[in-house]
Amino acid sequence: MADVKQVTLTIEGRPVVVPEGTSILEAAKTAGILIPHYCYHPGLPVAGVCRMCLVEVEKFPKLAPACATAVGEGQVVHVHSPKALEARKGVLEFLLINHPLDCPICDQAGECELQDYTFQEGRADSRYLEPKRFNPVEDFGGDVLYVTNRCILCTRCVRFMDKVAQEPVLNVSERGDRATIGIHPEADLGGHAWSGNVIDLCPVGALVSKDFLNKARAWELDRTASVCPNCTQGCNSILETRDDTVVRMRPRANEAVNQYFLCDQGRLDYRWLERRDRAELPYVRAQTARGGTELAATDWDVALREAAALLNGRRARVLASPMLSNEALGLLARVVARTGGTGVFTVRTGDEAPLVGVPDLALRADRAANVIGAELLGFERREIGAVLDGLGADDVLVVADEELAGLAPTLPAGVRVLVVGTTVPTWAAGADVVLPITNMAEEEGTFTNLRGRVQRFLQAKAAHGLARPSWYVLGDLLAAMGDGEGYFTAADAFAALAAAQPSFAGLSYDALGLRGLPVADAERFAAEPALAGAA
Amino acid sequence: MGYPHPSHPRETPVLSKHFGEPEARTLKGWRDRGGYVALEKALKMDPAEIQTIVKDSGLRGRGGAGFPTGVKWSFMKPDGKQHYLCCNADESEPGTFKDREIMRWTPHALVEGVALGAYAIYASVAYIYIRGEFTEPLEQVRAAVKEAYAAGVIGENALGTGKTVHVHVHQGAGAYICGEETALMNSLEGRRGNPRIKPPFPAVAGLFGQPTTINNVETLAATPHILNNGAEWYKQFGRPDNPKSVGTKLFSVCGNVARPGNYEVPLGFNFGEFLWDLCGGAGEGREIKAVIPGGSSVPFLTAEECRTAVMDYEGFVAAGSMLGSGGVIVFDDRQDMVRQIARLCRFYAHESCAQCSQCREGTAWTTKILERIAAGDGVAQDFDTLLSIADNMTGKTICVLSDSCATPVVSGLKKFRHEFEAKLKASPNVVSFAGTATAAAAPRAAGPTV
Amino acid sequence: MTYGPSTPKPSPDALASHGAHHDDHGPYAPVFAAGTAPRAELDELLTRYPNKMAGLLPALWIVQRERGWVSDEAMAEVADALDLTAAYVKGVVTFYTMYHQHPVGKYFIQVCTTTPCHVCGAEGVVDAFLQHTGCGELGVTSADGRYTVIEVECLGACGFATPVMINEQFLESVTPQRVPEILAALP
Repeated sequence: MADVKQVTLTIEGRPVVVPEGTSILEAAKTAGILIPHYCYHPGLPVAGVCRMCLVEVEKFPKLAPACATAVGEGQVVHVHSPKALEARKGVLEFLLINHPLDCPICDQAGECELQDYTFQEGRADSRYLEPKRFNPVEDFGGDVLYVTNRCILCTRCVRFMDKVAQEPVLNVSERGDRATIGIHPEADLGGHAWSGNVIDLCPVGALVSKDFLNKARAWELDRTASVCPNCTQGCNSILETRDDTVVRMRPRANEAVNQYFLCDQGRLDYRWLERRDRAELPYVRAQTARGGTELAATDWDVALREAAALLNGRRARVLASPMLSNEALGLLARVVARTGGTGVFTVRTGDEAPLVGVPDLALRADRAANVIGAELLGFERREIGAVLDGLGADDVLVVADEELAGLAPTLPAGVRVLVVGTTVPTWAAGADVVLPITNMAEEEGTFTNLRGRVQRFLQAKAAHGLARPSWYVLGDLLAAMGDGEGYFTAADAFAALAAAQPSFAGLSYDALGLRGLPVADAERFAAEPALAGAA
Repeated sequence: MGYPHPSHPRETPVLSKHFGEPEARTLKGWRDRGGYVALEKALKMDPAEIQTIVKDSGLRGRGGAGFPTGVKWSFMKPDGKQHYLCCNADESEPGTFKDREIMRWTPHALVEGVALGAYAIYASVAYIYIRGEFTEPLEQVRAAVKEAYAAGVIGENALGTGKTVHVHVHQGAGAYICGEETALMNSLEGRRGNPRIKPPFPAVAGLFGQPTTINNVETLAATPHILNNGAEWYKQFGRPDNPKSVGTKLFSVCGNVARPGNYEVPLGFNFGEFLWDLCGGAGEGREIKAVIPGGSSVPFLTAEECRTAVMDYEGFVAAGSMLGSGGVIVFDDRQDMVRQIARLCRFYAHESCAQCSQCREGTAWTTKILERIAAGDGVAQDFDTLLSIADNMTGKTICVLSDSCATPVVSGLKKFRHEFEAKLKASPNVVSFAGTATAAAAPRAAGPTV
Repeated sequence: MTYGPSTPKPSPDALASHGAHHDDHGPYAPVFAAGTAPRAELDELLTRYPNKMAGLLPALWIVQRERGWVSDEAMAEVADALDLTAAYVKGVVTFYTMYHQHPVGKYFIQVCTTTPCHVCGAEGVVDAFLQHTGCGELGVTSADGRYTVIEVECLGACGFATPVMINEQFLESVTPQRVPEILAALP
C-alpha cells in the first residue's frame, strides 16, 4: 500500500488525503460527508447512471458524478453549492414524478434513500400534472417481489446478479420511461443462493422481501450487531427485532468476511431463534408420589449444585453443539479436562454455494457457526451416527445444546445425563439435570469462522424464561465444581479463554470490536490459493 | 449532387459525384471512377504519415461533433495492441440521410475509406455498423465488402501489399442512441446500446476493451480523396477567413422544401443562398418559418437568421445553432411549432436508453407537457416547468440525448413563444394570461396527481 | 403519452401462444440445430468477433428471419448458443425496436412519422395504411393475419417523405393516395 500515491483535495472546505484513483464520493466519506447517491454501491461496479451524486468541481465545465470521477490533486469540490443542490433536486423530482408515493404501505419506508434524500434536498411540492405510469407487481422468485412502480432503475440489482453473483438473471427491459427491471420466464431469482441481497441493495422499495412483507415498520425495529450462525463463513449480520422477536436478519458490512452480502439460507434461517419449545427453567430429577421419577422444576442454586454433584467423580462425555460460542465451548472444555472426559461434536452439512464475485465467500457446507472454535478448543468432530460411540455406563453425558436432529439414539442403561441447552431433546428426556441456556440472539459471545476469525455477536433480545447465558451457566457450574468463581460478563469469560487457550491469546472484546480478528494460529485456516484466486 | 435532383451548378460534388449511377456500385465501376487508388497508395505508406496528411487537411468529423479526424487518428499509436475501427453508419439523426446515399450509391467509397482508416490507425479489423432499417445500404455495402474480399482488395493481403485489413458489416436493430459512439460499441459487443461513461475514452479502451476509433461514413468516405489529391487540395474548400472549417460537406435537406435531397457544397457556403437558390425555398406559395440546420438536436433558426448564416462549424454557432450532422429540416408557415416540437421530443422520449434519471424521465415528461399544450390543455405554469426541466436535463447526463431533447424546447420557446402563448390563451385552464404564470387550474386531461 | 407502438402488440392468437407452456403447442424447434444452414451462418458470423457475445444481434436477426419473431424460447436458445443467460438476451431484445417480441402480420408495415415526415403529412399515410389494411389500430395485426402497421421513429430517408418499410422493402415518397396501389401489389 505504501507505493500508492496519495492525493490531496478539498471537499466542502475540508482537506482530504486519499489514495490515487479513489472516487470523489468515497473521498468525501472519509471527511464525513455523504454525497447523496442511488446507483453507486461500494460492492458493485460503478454505473454512474442515477446522476444523483452530481457535485461541482472547480474548473470542470460540467457537474461531475462523484461516484465516477476520480480525485485529482488540488481539486476543490463543492457538494452543497447552489448549482449542485439544484441538479440533485432536479434528479429527485424526475425520480418521483412517476413514483407512487405509497410510503404508508411500503416496507422500505423509514429506511428508504428516496425518502431520506427527498427530505434532505428535494422539492416540497410536485409540478407533475400528467397521469403516472403504472406497472403491476412481479414475483421475481426466491424471496423477492418487484414493485415496478417504485423502481428508480439504479440497476444495483442487475449489476449484483451480473458481476457479483455472475448469473445475470435480471436485466433492464425496454428503454426510455418504459424501462423496468426484468427476468426471463425460464430462470428467476429463485435459483440463486445469494439473490436475496438485491433486496438490501435496492435503495428504494422496489425489491422487497416476501418473508418480511408487511411484518414491521423500519422504525419499530431494534438492530443488533450479530454474526450469522448458519454456516462457518461467519457473515457479519444485523439481527432486527420487534417487540423482542427476531423479524429479519440482514448483512452487516465486513470487507474481510462477507463484504456487504448474506446468503438466502443465512438470512431466512432465523425462526429457530424464536422456538417455543424451549427449556425455560432449571430442572432436576426427583421422585414422584407414585414411586417413579420426573424432571422437576427447581431454582438455579439447586440445579447447579446437583449438576456439579453429578459430574464429580465421573467422566464428562460432552456432546457440544458447534453453534455454541467460543466462551461456552471453552468452559465446556474445562469441564472435560477437569473430569478426564472427552468432547465431541457433529455438524449438519449441505451443499456449498459460493458467491462467485467475492473472494472466499460462500454458503459453506458446514452449517454451523463455530466448527473451528470447537476444533480449536479440543472437541473431536464425528459423524452424526458415531457421535455417541464409546459412551460408558459410568459416564455423564453432557448434552450441550445438541439435539442430534433426525436421530433418536438410545442411551446405554445407567448413563447419567446433564442437559445444558436451549431445549431438552426427546432422546435426552431422562436427564438428571437440565440447565437452560439462552440462544445466540439472547446472549453475547464470539464465534470462530472457517478462516480462524473470532467475531463477536451481541445480545439482541431478552432471555427466554429463567434461561441464563451459556457462559454464565457454565462458569457457575465450574464454580460449583470448585473451579473458579464464575463470570460476571461475557467479556470476562472471553478473557479467561484468551488467557488459557493459546489460539485466543492476546484477543479481547475490546480488541475484537465488531469486525473481529484472527486467532493466533489463523494461517492454518487460510483459503487454498486456488480458491482465493477463483474470485 | 442534390440527389434525387440533378446536380446544381453551385454544388461541388466530390462524395456525391456518382450518386445515381448504378454502375458505380460495382468494384469494376468504382475502379473505373478512380476507386481504390488511394487505398493502394495508403497501404504502402506508414500509417503515421497518413495520420499527418489527414490532420493537415483539416477534415473534421462529419457525424455531428466536428472533432478533427487526423487528431483523433493520431491518438492511435503502434502499441502492439489489437485496434479497431468502427464506422458509424447508424445514421438516425432526424433530418439526416447523407450516409444512406453514400452507402447505397457508392458502397465501395465507404469500403475504401474504412480500409484506409483502419490501416491508418493500426487496426486490422474494422466494423461498419449500419442501422437495421437501412435495408438497401446494408445490401449494397455487404455486396461491396464481399466483392472487395473476393478481389483481394481487403483481407489478409490487401491489394497484394501484405497488409491485413478486415472489414465486417454489423447490422443494428432499431435504436437511435447507437449512433452515439460508446453506445455503438456496446451494441456491437452484443449489449444494450447504452452510452458509456468517459473516461476511459475509446482510443484507450473502446470496442472489446481495445483502442478504438469511431468515424462517420462521410468522414471516412472523404479520406481517399484527401489521400489522392493532398491536404492542400482539400483545404481549398472553405471560406478564406475560417481555416477551421474546410472541405466539402453533404447537407441533407428535408421537410417543407421545394427540392429535398442531398447537396454537396464547400463549407462556408451562404445558408440563405443554399436554402432559397439550391433547394428552392419552401414549397409553392409558402414561406419558410423555421429551419433546423444540423439534425434534430440543434437549435432552430428563423428564416431571417438563415439568410445570413454561414454553413460551417463556426458559422452556424455564430448564428445561434450548430452544423451538427448537416441535416436541414425546413418548417413552412403552415406548421404548428408547438406540435412539431412535441413530436420531436416524443422521438427523444422513445429513444432514451433509460440509463440516466434526467433523460429517462425528463424526455417523457417534457413530451407529455408539450402534447398537452398542443392539445389545447395547457396551464399557465407549463412554460416555467418546461424551461426548468430543460435546464435539469442539460449537461448532467452520460450522453447528450437528454440535452438534445431540451434544445428544441428552449429554442422553440424563445423563438416561437407567441405560438405557445396562443395555445395557452385558448386553453380553458388559463384564467388570465399575461405571458407569464398567473393563474392556473389543473388541466382537464391530467390523471391523478399527488 | 401514447407512442405509435414501436413494438407490435400481441394479437389474440399471439397471446395464446406467447408465454404458453411448451406442451400446449408442441416442443420448441431450435433455429440453430447442428448441421443446419442457420447454424453454419452463425458459426461463420462468430469468426468475425473476438467473443461470442458480439454475435448476439446477428443471431437474433437470423432468428427473426427464420421465425418471424423472437420468442422467449428463441431467446433462451440464443443465450445457450452464445454462453449468455436468457434474461440477458431478453434485456437486449427489448432494447432494440426491430426485434418482434410477438408474432406480426405477413406484411409488417413501418411508417416513419418523425418530424421531417410529420411536417410532410406522414400521419395521413399512417391513416391510409390503417384504413386499407383493415388493421384499424397501430400495432394490431389485421384479422386475416396479413398486416401489422406501426409508426416508426426516423427511417433516415427524410428527403423522401414519407418513407415506408414493408418487411425488408423500403419505399420512398409514399403518399396516402399511393397506399391502395402499394397494398394491391403485395403478393
